[in-house]
Amino acid sequence: MKNENLYNYILGIADNSLILGQRMGELCGHGPTLETDIACTNISLDLFGQVRSYYQYAAKIAGDDRTEDDIAMLRKEREYKNVLLVEQPNTDFAYTIGRQFLFDVYHLAFLAELQKSNDLTLSAIANKCIKEVSYHERFSSDWVKRLGDGTEESNQKMQAAINDLWTYTDELFHQTEADKAMVAEGVGVDVTQLKEKYYKQVNELLKEANLEIPESKWFQKGGKEGIHTEHLGYLLSDLQYMQRTYPNMEW
Amino acid sequence: MTTTEQNIDNILIPILEQVSDPEIPVLSIMDMGVVRSAVIINNKVKVEITPTYSGCPAMDVIGDDIKKALKDAGYESEIDLILHPAWTTDWITPRGRKALEDYGIAAPLDAEADKEVLLNGKRIVKCTHCGSQNTRLVSQFGSTACKAQFQCDDCQEPFDYFKCLK
Repeated sequence: MKNENLYNYILGIADNSLILGQRMGELCGHGPTLETDIACTNISLDLFGQVRSYYQYAAKIAGDDRTEDDIAMLRKEREYKNVLLVEQPNTDFAYTIGRQFLFDVYHLAFLAELQKSNDLTLSAIANKCIKEVSYHERFSSDWVKRLGDGTEESNQKMQAAINDLWTYTDELFHQTEADKAMVAEGVGVDVTQLKEKYYKQVNELLKEANLEIPESKWFQKGGKEGIHTEHLGYLLSDLQYMQRTYPNMEW
Repeated sequence: MTTTEQNIDNILIPILEQVSDPEIPVLSIMDMGVVRSAVIINNKVKVEITPTYSGCPAMDVIGDDIKKALKDAGYESEIDLILHPAWTTDWITPRGRKALEDYGIAAPLDAEADKEVLLNGKRIVKCTHCGSQNTRLVSQFGSTACKAQFQCDDCQEPFDYFKCLK
Protein backbone atom coordinates (compact mmCIF):
# COMPACT_ATOMS: atom_id res chain seq x y z
CA MET A 1 0.00 0.00 0.00
CA LYS A 2 1.34 3.38 -1.00
CA ASN A 3 -0.06 5.28 1.93
CA GLU A 4 0.36 2.69 4.65
CA ASN A 5 1.12 5.22 7.38
CA LEU A 6 -1.99 7.24 6.64
CA TYR A 7 -4.10 4.08 6.51
CA ASN A 8 -2.80 2.91 9.89
CA TYR A 9 -3.17 6.36 11.30
CA ILE A 10 -6.86 6.54 10.34
CA LEU A 11 -7.48 3.10 11.83
CA GLY A 12 -5.79 4.19 15.04
CA ILE A 13 -8.33 6.98 15.41
CA ALA A 14 -11.36 5.05 14.19
CA ASP A 15 -10.82 1.87 16.19
CA ASN A 16 -11.12 3.82 19.45
CA SER A 17 -14.57 5.02 18.42
CA LEU A 18 -15.65 1.62 17.09
CA ILE A 19 -14.77 -0.28 20.25
CA LEU A 20 -16.12 2.38 22.60
CA GLY A 21 -19.26 2.58 20.46
CA GLN A 22 -19.73 -1.17 20.82
CA ARG A 23 -19.29 -0.97 24.59
CA MET A 24 -21.86 1.82 24.87
CA GLY A 25 -24.18 -0.06 22.53
CA GLU A 26 -24.14 -3.02 24.94
CA LEU A 27 -26.21 -0.87 27.28
CA CYS A 28 -29.10 -0.75 24.83
CA GLY A 29 -32.05 -1.92 26.91
CA HIS A 30 -29.80 -2.32 29.97
CA GLY A 31 -29.15 1.26 31.08
CA PRO A 32 -29.91 2.13 34.72
CA THR A 33 -32.78 4.42 33.70
CA LEU A 34 -34.52 5.03 30.41
CA GLU A 35 -32.86 8.43 29.93
CA THR A 36 -29.32 7.20 30.55
CA ASP A 37 -29.99 4.14 28.40
CA ILE A 38 -30.97 6.44 25.53
CA ALA A 39 -28.01 8.73 26.20
CA CYS A 40 -25.51 5.84 26.10
CA THR A 41 -26.94 4.45 22.89
CA ASN A 42 -27.02 7.94 21.33
CA ILE A 43 -23.33 8.26 22.12
CA SER A 44 -22.79 4.83 20.60
CA LEU A 45 -24.63 5.88 17.45
CA ASP A 46 -22.56 9.07 17.13
CA LEU A 47 -19.36 7.06 17.47
CA PHE A 48 -20.43 4.48 14.89
CA GLY A 49 -21.34 7.28 12.50
CA GLN A 50 -17.93 8.84 12.94
CA VAL A 51 -16.30 5.46 12.44
CA ARG A 52 -18.02 5.08 9.07
CA SER A 53 -16.51 8.34 7.83
CA TYR A 54 -13.04 7.21 8.90
CA TYR A 55 -13.30 3.67 7.51
CA GLN A 56 -14.73 4.88 4.21
CA TYR A 57 -11.71 7.11 3.89
CA ALA A 58 -9.35 4.30 4.92
CA ALA A 59 -10.91 1.99 2.31
CA LYS A 60 -10.28 4.65 -0.32
CA ILE A 61 -6.66 4.99 0.80
CA ALA A 62 -6.18 1.21 0.69
CA GLY A 63 -7.20 1.39 -2.94
CA ASP A 64 -8.10 -2.29 -3.28
CA ASP A 65 -11.53 -3.89 -3.06
CA ARG A 66 -11.87 -3.74 0.69
CA THR A 67 -14.86 -1.82 2.04
CA GLU A 68 -15.64 0.03 5.27
CA ASP A 69 -17.43 -3.09 6.50
CA ASP A 70 -14.45 -5.35 5.84
CA ILE A 71 -12.26 -3.02 7.85
CA ALA A 72 -14.72 -2.85 10.72
CA MET A 73 -15.79 -6.48 10.81
CA LEU A 74 -13.14 -8.77 9.38
CA ARG A 75 -9.89 -7.95 11.10
CA LYS A 76 -8.33 -10.14 13.77
CA GLU A 77 -7.88 -8.98 17.33
CA ARG A 78 -4.20 -8.11 16.89
CA GLU A 79 -5.05 -5.86 13.96
CA TYR A 80 -7.21 -3.50 16.03
CA LYS A 81 -5.32 -0.42 17.12
CA ASN A 82 -7.62 0.97 19.80
CA VAL A 83 -6.30 2.00 23.20
CA LEU A 84 -6.87 -0.43 26.08
CA LEU A 85 -9.11 2.07 27.88
CA VAL A 86 -12.03 1.84 25.47
CA GLU A 87 -12.25 -1.97 25.49
CA GLN A 88 -12.68 -2.19 29.28
CA PRO A 89 -16.02 -3.75 30.22
CA ASN A 90 -19.19 -2.18 31.65
CA THR A 91 -18.45 -3.56 35.11
CA ASP A 92 -21.02 -1.19 36.58
CA PHE A 93 -22.41 2.22 35.64
CA ALA A 94 -19.50 4.00 37.33
CA TYR A 95 -17.05 2.13 35.06
CA THR A 96 -19.12 3.01 32.00
CA ILE A 97 -19.11 6.67 32.98
CA GLY A 98 -15.48 6.69 34.11
CA ARG A 99 -14.29 5.12 30.87
CA GLN A 100 -16.38 7.54 28.83
CA PHE A 101 -15.17 10.56 30.77
CA LEU A 102 -11.48 9.59 30.59
CA PHE A 103 -11.83 9.09 26.84
CA ASP A 104 -14.06 12.10 26.08
CA VAL A 105 -11.64 14.63 27.56
CA TYR A 106 -8.91 13.19 25.36
CA HIS A 107 -11.20 12.85 22.33
CA LEU A 108 -12.30 16.46 22.45
CA ALA A 109 -8.74 17.78 22.73
CA PHE A 110 -7.61 15.43 19.95
CA LEU A 111 -10.36 16.51 17.54
CA ALA A 112 -9.69 20.18 18.21
CA GLU A 113 -6.17 19.58 16.89
CA LEU A 114 -7.22 17.24 14.07
CA GLN A 115 -9.38 20.05 12.69
CA LYS A 116 -6.11 21.78 11.80
CA SER A 117 -4.80 18.78 9.82
CA ASN A 118 -3.63 19.57 6.31
CA ASP A 119 -5.50 16.44 5.19
CA LEU A 120 -8.83 17.95 4.17
CA THR A 121 -10.87 14.78 4.71
CA LEU A 122 -9.57 14.29 8.24
CA SER A 123 -10.08 17.94 9.15
CA ALA A 124 -13.66 17.80 7.79
CA ILE A 125 -14.43 14.65 9.79
CA ALA A 126 -12.93 16.23 12.92
CA ASN A 127 -14.96 19.37 12.36
CA LYS A 128 -18.13 17.29 12.20
CA CYS A 129 -17.28 14.98 15.12
CA ILE A 130 -16.22 17.63 17.60
CA LYS A 131 -19.74 19.02 17.84
CA GLU A 132 -21.07 15.61 18.79
CA VAL A 133 -18.24 14.76 21.14
CA SER A 134 -18.71 17.97 23.10
CA TYR A 135 -22.14 16.62 24.07
CA HIS A 136 -20.57 13.33 25.14
CA GLU A 137 -18.04 15.09 27.31
CA ARG A 138 -20.73 17.17 28.93
CA PHE A 139 -22.76 14.05 29.69
CA SER A 140 -19.90 12.01 31.16
CA SER A 141 -18.47 14.95 33.16
CA ASP A 142 -21.90 15.62 34.66
CA TRP A 143 -22.25 12.01 35.73
CA VAL A 144 -18.76 11.81 37.25
CA LYS A 145 -19.70 14.83 39.36
CA ARG A 146 -23.09 13.46 40.24
CA LEU A 147 -21.78 10.06 41.31
CA GLY A 148 -18.59 11.35 42.94
CA ASP A 149 -20.43 14.02 44.86
CA GLY A 150 -23.52 11.89 45.50
CA THR A 151 -24.03 9.32 48.23
CA GLU A 152 -21.26 7.51 50.09
CA GLU A 153 -21.87 4.43 47.97
CA SER A 154 -21.91 6.24 44.63
CA ASN A 155 -18.71 8.03 45.61
CA GLN A 156 -17.02 4.73 46.47
CA LYS A 157 -18.09 3.14 43.20
CA MET A 158 -16.98 6.10 41.12
CA GLN A 159 -13.66 6.16 42.95
CA ALA A 160 -13.14 2.43 42.36
CA ALA A 161 -13.80 2.86 38.65
CA ILE A 162 -11.41 5.80 38.31
CA ASN A 163 -8.73 3.93 40.28
CA ASP A 164 -9.01 0.88 38.01
CA LEU A 165 -9.22 2.77 34.73
CA TRP A 166 -6.45 5.22 35.55
CA THR A 167 -3.76 2.76 34.50
CA TYR A 168 -5.02 2.96 30.90
CA THR A 169 -4.88 6.74 30.54
CA ASP A 170 -1.20 7.22 29.78
CA GLU A 171 -1.42 5.14 26.60
CA LEU A 172 -3.59 7.83 25.00
CA PHE A 173 -0.43 9.93 24.67
CA HIS A 174 1.90 7.29 23.20
CA GLN A 175 2.99 7.78 19.62
CA THR A 176 3.03 4.95 17.10
CA GLU A 177 5.24 4.89 14.01
CA ALA A 178 2.25 5.97 11.92
CA ASP A 179 1.62 8.83 14.38
CA LYS A 180 5.17 10.12 14.06
CA ALA A 181 5.12 9.94 10.27
CA MET A 182 1.76 11.72 10.07
CA VAL A 183 2.77 14.43 12.53
CA ALA A 184 5.86 15.09 10.40
CA GLU A 185 3.64 15.55 7.36
CA GLY A 186 1.26 17.95 9.10
CA VAL A 187 -1.56 15.40 8.85
CA GLY A 188 -1.54 13.93 12.34
CA VAL A 189 -1.91 15.29 15.86
CA ASP A 190 1.05 15.22 18.21
CA VAL A 191 -0.65 13.49 21.13
CA THR A 192 2.30 14.03 23.45
CA GLN A 193 1.35 17.72 23.42
CA LEU A 194 -2.13 16.98 24.77
CA LYS A 195 -1.04 15.19 27.92
CA GLU A 196 -0.48 18.06 30.31
CA LYS A 197 -3.75 19.76 29.49
CA TYR A 198 -5.57 16.43 29.73
CA TYR A 199 -4.46 15.60 33.26
CA LYS A 200 -5.05 19.16 34.38
CA GLN A 201 -8.64 19.08 33.16
CA VAL A 202 -9.33 15.57 34.46
CA ASN A 203 -7.78 16.30 37.85
CA GLU A 204 -9.79 19.48 38.27
CA LEU A 205 -13.02 17.70 37.56
CA LEU A 206 -12.18 14.81 39.90
CA LYS A 207 -11.51 17.31 42.67
CA GLU A 208 -14.77 19.06 41.99
CA ALA A 209 -16.49 15.67 42.11
CA ASN A 210 -15.04 14.96 45.55
CA LEU A 211 -12.83 12.18 44.18
CA GLU A 212 -9.19 11.39 44.86
CA ILE A 213 -6.70 11.61 41.99
CA PRO A 214 -5.01 8.20 41.76
CA GLU A 215 -1.34 8.30 42.65
CA SER A 216 -0.13 5.18 40.87
CA LYS A 217 2.54 5.83 38.28
CA TRP A 218 2.23 2.36 36.74
CA PHE A 219 0.51 2.49 33.37
CA GLN A 220 -0.61 -0.24 30.98
CA LYS A 221 0.04 -0.01 27.27
CA GLY A 222 -0.13 -2.14 24.13
CA GLY A 223 -3.50 -1.51 22.50
CA LYS A 224 -2.11 0.82 19.88
CA GLU A 225 0.30 -1.97 18.83
CA GLY A 226 -2.45 -4.59 18.80
CA ILE A 227 -1.63 -6.16 22.18
CA HIS A 228 -4.97 -6.08 23.96
CA THR A 229 -6.49 -7.02 27.30
CA GLU A 230 -8.51 -10.23 27.47
CA HIS A 231 -11.74 -8.25 27.07
CA LEU A 232 -11.34 -7.34 23.42
CA GLY A 233 -11.65 -10.89 22.07
CA TYR A 234 -15.08 -11.33 23.63
CA LEU A 235 -16.20 -7.94 22.39
CA LEU A 236 -15.08 -8.76 18.85
CA SER A 237 -16.79 -12.13 18.82
CA ASP A 238 -20.03 -10.28 19.54
CA LEU A 239 -19.32 -7.47 17.09
CA GLN A 240 -18.23 -9.75 14.24
CA TYR A 241 -20.62 -12.62 14.80
CA MET A 242 -23.00 -11.81 11.97
CA GLN A 243 -20.36 -11.18 9.30
CA ARG A 244 -18.36 -14.26 10.31
CA THR A 245 -21.42 -16.51 10.33
CA TYR A 246 -23.09 -15.12 7.21
CA PRO A 247 -20.27 -13.60 5.14
CA ASN A 248 -21.20 -10.54 3.07
CA MET A 249 -24.64 -10.42 4.61
CA GLU A 250 -26.37 -7.05 4.20
CA TRP A 251 -29.45 -5.38 5.66
CA MET B 1 -30.22 32.05 7.00
CA THR B 2 -27.51 30.01 5.35
CA THR B 3 -23.92 30.91 6.04
CA THR B 4 -22.48 29.07 3.07
CA GLU B 5 -23.56 29.01 -0.52
CA GLN B 6 -26.02 26.48 -1.76
CA ASN B 7 -26.02 25.71 -5.44
CA ILE B 8 -29.41 24.32 -6.36
CA ASP B 9 -30.94 24.39 -9.82
CA ASN B 10 -34.35 26.14 -9.69
CA ILE B 11 -36.05 23.39 -11.67
CA LEU B 12 -35.06 20.84 -9.04
CA ILE B 13 -36.31 22.74 -6.00
CA PRO B 14 -39.96 21.59 -6.20
CA ILE B 15 -38.84 17.98 -6.64
CA LEU B 16 -36.47 18.09 -3.69
CA GLU B 17 -39.07 19.81 -1.54
CA GLN B 18 -41.21 16.69 -1.80
CA VAL B 19 -38.57 14.62 -0.03
CA SER B 20 -38.89 14.67 3.74
CA ASP B 21 -36.81 13.57 6.67
CA PRO B 22 -38.03 10.02 7.46
CA GLU B 23 -37.84 10.65 11.20
CA ILE B 24 -39.47 14.09 11.07
CA PRO B 25 -41.87 13.69 8.13
CA VAL B 26 -43.20 17.27 8.33
CA LEU B 27 -39.78 18.65 7.49
CA SER B 28 -38.59 18.65 3.88
CA ILE B 29 -34.90 18.07 3.29
CA MET B 30 -34.77 21.53 1.74
CA ASP B 31 -36.09 23.15 4.91
CA MET B 32 -33.69 21.01 6.89
CA GLY B 33 -30.78 22.49 4.93
CA VAL B 34 -29.13 19.16 4.18
CA VAL B 35 -29.11 19.63 0.39
CA ARG B 36 -25.98 21.61 -0.41
CA SER B 37 -26.04 21.41 -4.17
CA ALA B 38 -28.11 19.92 -6.97
CA VAL B 39 -27.15 20.52 -10.57
CA ILE B 40 -28.08 18.96 -13.89
CA ILE B 41 -25.16 17.80 -15.99
CA ASN B 42 -26.06 16.05 -19.29
CA ASN B 43 -29.56 15.24 -18.05
CA LYS B 44 -28.11 13.60 -14.94
CA VAL B 45 -28.55 15.23 -11.56
CA LYS B 46 -25.67 15.45 -9.18
CA VAL B 47 -26.79 16.05 -5.59
CA GLU B 48 -24.65 16.78 -2.57
CA ILE B 49 -26.15 16.24 0.87
CA THR B 50 -24.57 16.71 4.27
CA PRO B 51 -25.46 14.66 7.38
CA THR B 52 -27.02 16.33 10.40
CA TYR B 53 -25.23 13.92 12.75
CA SER B 54 -22.49 11.46 11.69
CA GLY B 55 -24.52 8.46 12.79
CA CYS B 56 -27.89 9.68 11.54
CA PRO B 57 -29.51 6.56 10.07
CA ALA B 58 -31.89 8.78 8.09
CA MET B 59 -29.15 9.79 5.65
CA ASP B 60 -29.19 6.52 3.68
CA VAL B 61 -32.96 6.70 3.41
CA ILE B 62 -32.83 10.35 2.38
CA GLY B 63 -30.34 9.48 -0.37
CA ASP B 64 -32.65 6.72 -1.68
CA ASP B 65 -35.72 8.97 -1.46
CA ILE B 66 -34.00 11.75 -3.44
CA LYS B 67 -33.04 9.24 -6.13
CA LYS B 68 -36.61 8.01 -6.33
CA ALA B 69 -38.15 11.49 -6.45
CA LEU B 70 -35.77 12.52 -9.22
CA LYS B 71 -36.39 9.32 -11.12
CA ASP B 72 -40.15 9.95 -10.99
CA ALA B 73 -39.44 13.36 -12.49
CA GLY B 74 -37.39 11.78 -15.26
CA TYR B 75 -33.85 12.27 -14.00
CA GLU B 76 -31.11 9.81 -13.25
CA SER B 77 -29.06 10.98 -10.31
CA GLU B 78 -25.95 10.55 -8.28
CA ILE B 79 -25.88 11.37 -4.56
CA ASP B 80 -22.71 12.41 -2.75
CA LEU B 81 -22.43 12.71 1.00
CA ILE B 82 -20.20 15.64 1.91
CA LEU B 83 -18.89 16.50 5.38
CA HIS B 84 -17.54 19.96 4.76
CA PRO B 85 -18.83 22.47 5.64
CA ALA B 86 -20.45 20.69 8.56
CA TRP B 87 -24.22 21.02 8.92
CA THR B 88 -25.54 23.44 11.50
CA THR B 89 -29.04 24.04 12.86
CA ASP B 90 -28.72 27.59 11.45
CA TRP B 91 -29.45 26.03 8.07
CA ILE B 92 -32.97 25.04 9.05
CA THR B 93 -35.22 27.56 7.27
CA PRO B 94 -37.86 29.68 9.10
CA ARG B 95 -40.51 27.51 7.43
CA GLY B 96 -38.69 24.43 8.72
CA ARG B 97 -38.58 25.82 12.25
CA LYS B 98 -42.29 26.43 12.17
CA ALA B 99 -42.94 22.90 10.86
CA LEU B 100 -40.89 21.50 13.74
CA GLU B 101 -42.85 23.48 16.33
CA ASP B 102 -46.19 22.49 14.82
CA TYR B 103 -45.08 18.87 14.90
CA GLY B 104 -44.30 19.11 18.63
CA ILE B 105 -40.53 19.55 18.56
CA ALA B 106 -39.18 22.79 20.01
CA ALA B 107 -36.94 24.51 17.45
CA PRO B 108 -33.27 25.07 18.34
CA LEU B 109 -32.34 28.22 20.24
CA ASP B 110 -29.23 30.17 19.33
CA ALA B 111 -25.92 28.78 20.62
CA GLU B 112 -25.69 30.98 23.71
CA ALA B 113 -29.24 30.35 24.88
CA ASP B 114 -28.84 26.64 24.11
CA LYS B 115 -25.83 26.48 26.43
CA GLU B 116 -27.74 28.23 29.19
CA VAL B 117 -30.50 25.66 28.89
CA LEU B 118 -28.38 22.54 28.63
CA LEU B 119 -25.64 23.52 31.09
CA ASN B 120 -27.24 25.89 33.56
CA GLY B 121 -30.81 24.65 33.55
CA LYS B 122 -32.26 27.97 32.42
CA ARG B 123 -36.00 27.72 31.69
CA ILE B 124 -36.52 29.30 28.29
CA VAL B 125 -37.41 26.48 25.91
CA LYS B 126 -41.08 26.93 25.06
CA CYS B 127 -43.34 23.94 25.68
CA THR B 128 -44.76 22.84 22.34
CA HIS B 129 -48.05 21.87 24.01
CA CYS B 130 -48.96 24.90 26.13
CA GLY B 131 -46.34 27.53 25.27
CA SER B 132 -45.07 27.88 28.84
CA GLN B 133 -41.36 28.50 29.37
CA ASN B 134 -41.47 26.77 32.73
CA THR B 135 -39.71 23.76 31.25
CA ARG B 136 -36.77 21.65 32.31
CA LEU B 137 -34.20 19.41 30.68
CA VAL B 138 -34.81 15.71 31.37
CA SER B 139 -31.91 14.40 29.28
CA GLN B 140 -29.43 15.88 26.80
CA PHE B 141 -30.10 12.90 24.57
CA GLY B 142 -33.46 12.03 23.06
CA SER B 143 -35.28 9.70 20.71
CA THR B 144 -32.96 10.63 17.84
CA ALA B 145 -29.40 11.99 17.78
CA CYS B 146 -30.58 15.55 17.13
CA LYS B 147 -32.97 15.92 20.05
CA ALA B 148 -32.99 16.39 23.82
CA GLN B 149 -35.85 15.44 26.16
CA PHE B 150 -37.74 18.13 28.05
CA GLN B 151 -40.69 18.31 30.37
CA CYS B 152 -43.07 21.19 30.97
CA ASP B 153 -43.66 21.93 34.65
CA ASP B 154 -46.93 23.71 33.90
CA CYS B 155 -48.83 21.25 31.73
CA GLN B 156 -46.57 18.34 32.82
CA GLU B 157 -46.24 17.04 29.26
CA PRO B 158 -42.93 15.76 27.93
CA PHE B 159 -41.64 17.06 24.60
CA ASP B 160 -38.56 17.02 22.36
CA TYR B 161 -36.17 19.90 21.79
CA PHE B 162 -34.05 20.07 18.65
CA LYS B 163 -30.53 20.71 19.95
CA CYS B 164 -28.51 23.58 18.59
CA LEU B 165 -25.59 22.30 16.53
CA LYS B 166 -23.05 24.88 15.51
